[in-house]
Amino acid sequence: MLHQIVCAGFGGQGVMLLGQVLAYAGMLEGKEVSWYPSYGPEMRGGTANCTTVISDSVIGSPVVSNPTALIVMNQPSLEKFKDRVEPGGLLLYNSSLVSEYEPKSGIRAYPIDAGRVAAELGNPKVANIVVLGALLALAKPVTVSSAKKALEMVLPARRHHLLSLNYAALEKGVELVD
Amino acid sequence: MERKLMKGNEAVGEAAIAAGCRYFFGYPITPQNELPEYMARRLPEVGGTYLQAESEVSAINMVYGAAGAGARVMTSSSSPGISLKQEGLSYLAGAELPCVVVNMMRGGPGLGGIQPAQSDYFQATKGGGHGDYHLLVLAPAYVQELVDLVQEAFDLADKYRNPVMILGDGVLGQMMEPVAITKYIDPRDLPKKEWATTGASGRRPNLINSLYIDPVELAAHNRKLAAKYQRMCREEQRFQEYCLEDAETILVAYGVMARICRSVVDMARHSGLKWGLFRPISLYPFPGDALYDRAKEAGVRRVVTAELSCGQLIEDVRLALDGLVPTELLAYPGGLVPSPAEVFRQAKSERGALNGCSA
Repeated sequence: MLHQIVCAGFGGQGVMLLGQVLAYAGMLEGKEVSWYPSYGPEMRGGTANCTTVISDSVIGSPVVSNPTALIVMNQPSLEKFKDRVEPGGLLLYNSSLVSEYEPKSGIRAYPIDAGRVAAELGNPKVANIVVLGALLALAKPVTVSSAKKALEMVLPARRHHLLSLNYAALEKGVELVD
Repeated sequence: MERKLMKGNEAVGEAAIAAGCRYFFGYPITPQNELPEYMARRLPEVGGTYLQAESEVSAINMVYGAAGAGARVMTSSSSPGISLKQEGLSYLAGAELPCVVVNMMRGGPGLGGIQPAQSDYFQATKGGGHGDYHLLVLAPAYVQELVDLVQEAFDLADKYRNPVMILGDGVLGQMMEPVAITKYIDPRDLPKKEWATTGASGRRPNLINSLYIDPVELAAHNRKLAAKYQRMCREEQRFQEYCLEDAETILVAYGVMARICRSVVDMARHSGLKWGLFRPISLYPFPGDALYDRAKEAGVRRVVTAELSCGQLIEDVRLALDGLVPTELLAYPGGLVPSPAEVFRQAKSERGALNGCSA
């Protein structure tokens, strides 16, 4: 089992946090995990991104060029990463901000109307967690309950009043693709 | 054992505190800023002192002072900042002062870039500053190994009375992996350093100095240092092997490049190629004896060195092999970290040497 997941979007959309939740959840399940962020000028121009690897065995490269799953939260990230997804891989995009697109053959692409769903939940900031829910349902890198525990660890204590909102967003994301 | 997800840079800080380090002097530079930031917050909690100096030069000389007083002390920087510390490192080595210096390398020369690189290999392993000296240089590839080696680095620094460098890169500093830190040392429990300048009441004063104006005395000092480095070479060569038992192609790489090469070996084995990886963990001393022994095996056809620089590590590889088998270079400078697939393709073409700048 080897999941190589790239999350990309604007700074502030919570893509770094998304990758960290995945890594924490994998660690809680006793798996090998790594998380590597973009830093520096790469982040200027709209594509902050991070790579999370979850594996049953020792992780070689933490740097991944062909992810098994890709989450894109904005248009520049789609343009940058869409052709890199491994054959048979998964591409989830935030269709609230990314225009509809036809993936190359062999890639399963899912538009997730995460911005709208998050707004309906009362806070557009949880759009990232909605997409995470969809990823968990489709690729199953970690269980939903591990992801919930991970959220509790990744979100600072002063944000814990938002946990129930995040759990709701996660479940909504699962439902969207079920 | 409880594991915590930590950034490499932050893990260095916690590991240093666990090793009894209570003094950190630094100056900011990407990609290691999380380390001084962590120490600024954490050291006051354990009764330590964090100080942001006005420059790297100042920081390394503060290290000299604290080390002279017998304290476990650390500084960190990234490539251009480490260049500024070279004079201080030469003085620390000359005065035989223990300390730990972290270099999370970025591309150079000059200001270079801020993406991961390994182009300070020569500077770290061959001297860097003036005079006949060496740092003991350790190159972790995993965040847990980074933690373990930082803790050990303080012991080695004290054992040899010599600066120890942790040579990482932007990937190792920025990435997160699970770590466990199990052993915490109270600095008060550490053995007393009889040579330290701790106040001379009731004993003869100690002197911390690197000036030997009489050439006879300096020559004796140089020979003493050389004997120390020779002892390091006998006792501290560290490495890790992966799939070398029947290997026909041996990849040599350290740090993050070694992790990429581990994935390359998996790809090669998957397609029926007998490849293996030799990963130096100590860069000075270079584990050349073990590399020579592995390359001497009957089936070994070539040794391919992969590095995030233009042919630095390969010089130690060639010295160690002494013409035993053909060597090739795969060079990835400038902060462009290659994917395993790219390295695999180029290493397979057996034209690796052409890729390098100093083939």
